[in-house]
Amino acid sequence: MKFWFLLFMLVTASFSALAVEPDERLKDPVLEARAREISKDLRCLVCQGQAIDDSNADLAKDLRVLVRKRLTAGDTDEEVRQFLKDRYGDFILLNPPVEKKTLLLWLTPAIVLGAGLIVAGVFVRKRSGQG
Amino acid sequence: MIVDLGYGALVLALVFSLLQSVVPLVGANRDKKKWMLFGRRSAMALFVLVSLSFGALMYAHVTSDFSVKNVFENSHTLKPMIYKISGAWGSHEGSMMLWVWMLSLWGFGVERAKKIPLPVQARVLSVQGMIGFGFLLFILMTSNPFARLFPVPMEGMDLNPVLQDPGLAVHPPLLYTGYVGFSITFCFAMAALMEKKVDAAWAATLRPWVLAAWIALTLGIMSGAVWAYYELGWGGFWFWDPVENASLMPWLAGTALLHSVAVLEKRNTLGNWTIFLAILAFSFSLLGTFLVRSGILTSVHAFANDPARGIFILVLLTVAIGGAFIFYAFRAPQVKSGAGFSTVSRETAMVLNNVFLFTFCVTVMMGTLYPVFMSALDLGSVSVGPPYYLSVLLPMLVPFALLMGAAPSLAWRKGSLEKLSIPFILTSMTIVVLLTLPLHEKPLSVLGFGVGGWIVFATSYNLWKKISLKLPRSYFGMALAHIGFGILIMGITATTLWKEEKILWMVRGDHVIVAGHDIAFLGTHKSEGPNYDIDTGIFTVDNGYLTPEKRWYPADEKSTSEVALKVENFNLLYLVLGDQDKDQPDRWVVRIYNHTLVLWILLGALMMAGGGFISITDRRRHE
Amino acid sequence: MNKIPLILFAVLVVFFVVPMLKGKDPAILESVMLGKQVPEFSLPAVVKGKKGFSSKDLRATPAIVNVFSSWCMECRLEQGTLEAIGQIENIPIYGIDYKDTPEKLAPWLKEHGDPYTAIGTDTDGHVAIDWGVYGVPETFVIDAKGIIRYKYVGAVTDEVYRAIFRPLLAELRQ
Repeated sequence: MKFWFLLFMLVTASFSALAVEPDERLKDPVLEARAREISKDLRCLVCQGQAIDDSNADLAKDLRVLVRKRLTAGDTDEEVRQFLKDRYGDFILLNPPVEKKTLLLWLTPAIVLGAGLIVAGVFVRKRSGQG
Repeated sequence: MIVDLGYGALVLALVFSLLQSVVPLVGANRDKKKWMLFGRRSAMALFVLVSLSFGALMYAHVTSDFSVKNVFENSHTLKPMIYKISGAWGSHEGSMMLWVWMLSLWGFGVERAKKIPLPVQARVLSVQGMIGFGFLLFILMTSNPFARLFPVPMEGMDLNPVLQDPGLAVHPPLLYTGYVGFSITFCFAMAALMEKKVDAAWAATLRPWVLAAWIALTLGIMSGAVWAYYELGWGGFWFWDPVENASLMPWLAGTALLHSVAVLEKRNTLGNWTIFLAILAFSFSLLGTFLVRSGILTSVHAFANDPARGIFILVLLTVAIGGAFIFYAFRAPQVKSGAGFSTVSRETAMVLNNVFLFTFCVTVMMGTLYPVFMSALDLGSVSVGPPYYLSVLLPMLVPFALLMGAAPSLAWRKGSLEKLSIPFILTSMTIVVLLTLPLHEKPLSVLGFGVGGWIVFATSYNLWKKISLKLPRSYFGMALAHIGFGILIMGITATTLWKEEKILWMVRGDHVIVAGHDIAFLGTHKSEGPNYDIDTGIFTVDNGYLTPEKRWYPADEKSTSEVALKVENFNLLYLVLGDQDKDQPDRWVVRIYNHTLVLWILLGALMMAGGGFISITDRRRHE
Repeated sequence: MNKIPLILFAVLVVFFVVPMLKGKDPAILESVMLGKQVPEFSLPAVVKGKKGFSSKDLRATPAIVNVFSSWCMECRLEQGTLEAIGQIENIPIYGIDYKDTPEKLAPWLKEHGDPYTAIGTDTDGHVAIDWGVYGVPETFVIDAKGIIRYKYVGAVTDEVYRAIFRPLLAELRQ
């Protein structure tokens, strides 16, 4: 039964996703631009893979409106993100924060590239010695 | 009747796949020609049987035979014929059938390739039989597309309208051709490990198969991006979604493989690494299948999941990849010192290319799987989205692109960087010109066009200087693919950074100007499609008409938007009819986007695939 | 060197097997609200004869807060169980009526059951966001100090009650 509930959410969410509606938009272009930037990095919780900026799920719309409300009330971008993080956790941030538990995520590319370059360097040196 | 035959053919295919995994292998080990030849017969039989079975499923879909559960759940009598056909692979069961059919098709291809030495062919087909056995068993045990329903329903539940699109007819078959194509390189790697023979001749045999799979995967990913672009209603084409990443990982591994195979073929070095990549590319194909089908990750593309399927695929994945890596650990030849080369040479460039592509691949894998790791360790839910990939991959893309421009002009053994001065000047001039222009997001724009331009200039200049020499055809293929990649980078840069959008309410007679286009709304018109109702918005744009649609599918109680596009140079004007005002029926939400140079993305991807095609026709052989 | 891929792959498989064995559904988010005070809110009444409620009402005794709606199909499945929980456990059940219309709610309660001590209406869904709600139904367990102790996503059926809510509520009472 739970399956149907989730399926319902996923289907409505992935469906003809039309994102931002005209009525949601703020008059102030600077605030609106900030709102768009923030919404691009917030995850639509019910569609699970999309940003709220790209989704027409009801909750995504509510969150977009909420972001604009907070900005109009004078919150900084960081305060808006923190506000949502307090309620939904790191999951809502599409850009995972750099902290202890995400260290491996952020460092892996550098480690692999570094190790790869070292191995490649040794390999090339060895071969060029013979050449 | 036909449905039962289809099921029977599938069971028989399972039997053949089992025989095919054993008989030719034993034959190759004991040097029995007849046993080895059985592999060929069996590959042919497998192809015929799976085709029959898949054909039977298609027949059930085309004739709307609702006694078949899969048809009932995914079809409707009013659905247009083309979607009845493509609906055969629109469901989980159907897509697995497509997967296995592709596998048998590739096996048939190996059977046809008479130039492959018989023992190698026998071993390749044997490993292919094992993979086929695993997947056929998976279908028969957990995802039988021929399961029946009683009593027979009068009408079907219809296919999700999002899937009722030509995209479904094109994208999955291409993507799966690519995914499954890497099973062949995997089989060749296994065969090489069995024979402990990894050399230039092996690489030459392998090369066209790698290319073929790579071309299909490139086109598969491209068609998926195109589909997303017009289906989603705002022009996004790539989301770093797990399912998309699942196709990007084998592509990156496959691209690395393409280059290391070339080195092995020319210079008889990097043998071990090439085998590893050949295993890796298919491992990522399997991993992708597992991620999509198991529900271990959720994504926009989430399919209805069933834990039994997830466990089965995990076992399959573990046996296939684990088995291959065990084999690799103990059978891969020790690294011998091969021929030498200078520090500045094509060899060095290719090795660096592989370091970068491998790093990209691991990065995408880490981002895709990190939420799974966190969940396994009870560390909470985390999302890894586009900002992560961009901030990690972009800095690495710059040196990679510089290398890519330089490499083709470097000679094997010993090269020099002198020939690069003219492209360097041209690129610098481009950057200077860009710096004087008023651009959105200037630093990133300059960066994107700088690296893209460098690749295009350096590759074209190098080709022009060498054109008088007798170049192999594959060299042109390589150049075309590289230039395509440069154009792709510039297209992505322009589309992402310079897009313009207007989202507004419009009533009849309203005008708006977007990116210099004068757009007027003339109202809407109601009509009926085969299985949906249509509201067509009528707009004049400059001197022509654009007619985006909003469709309502009563069988599913869902609506879709059909965008209207206007091509201008390489830009696209993208028009979407949104919601109707409930209180004022002639007032509609209209979304208008102008995507600058978006067609360069398509052009670039087509050039890459085209370069692959040219290379594959180069039938050089090493004696 | 040749054994490295094998080792890394083995580690990877372990990471796949663990969540599968635990039976975790990746679509269900762990709430970050657990262990925190209930958010400040005040929701107006929506049906005749039933009061609305606010965060103040949740600080006296343990309570259950159920987020539901008349348009939510799955919510129908849990009304009976919630009624039973209210009676057996003698615990107040507060309903947050999520983005609903009063005209539809009254007949819906009559048809599917009304387990609620009080029902407040959250017309724009913003209070639900303060609770970290991302779908309906969701059910919270609050202790006597007004701290959120547990959240269940999906319908609270009899099995869910027996397996999760009964031991939890017994623990809260001690």
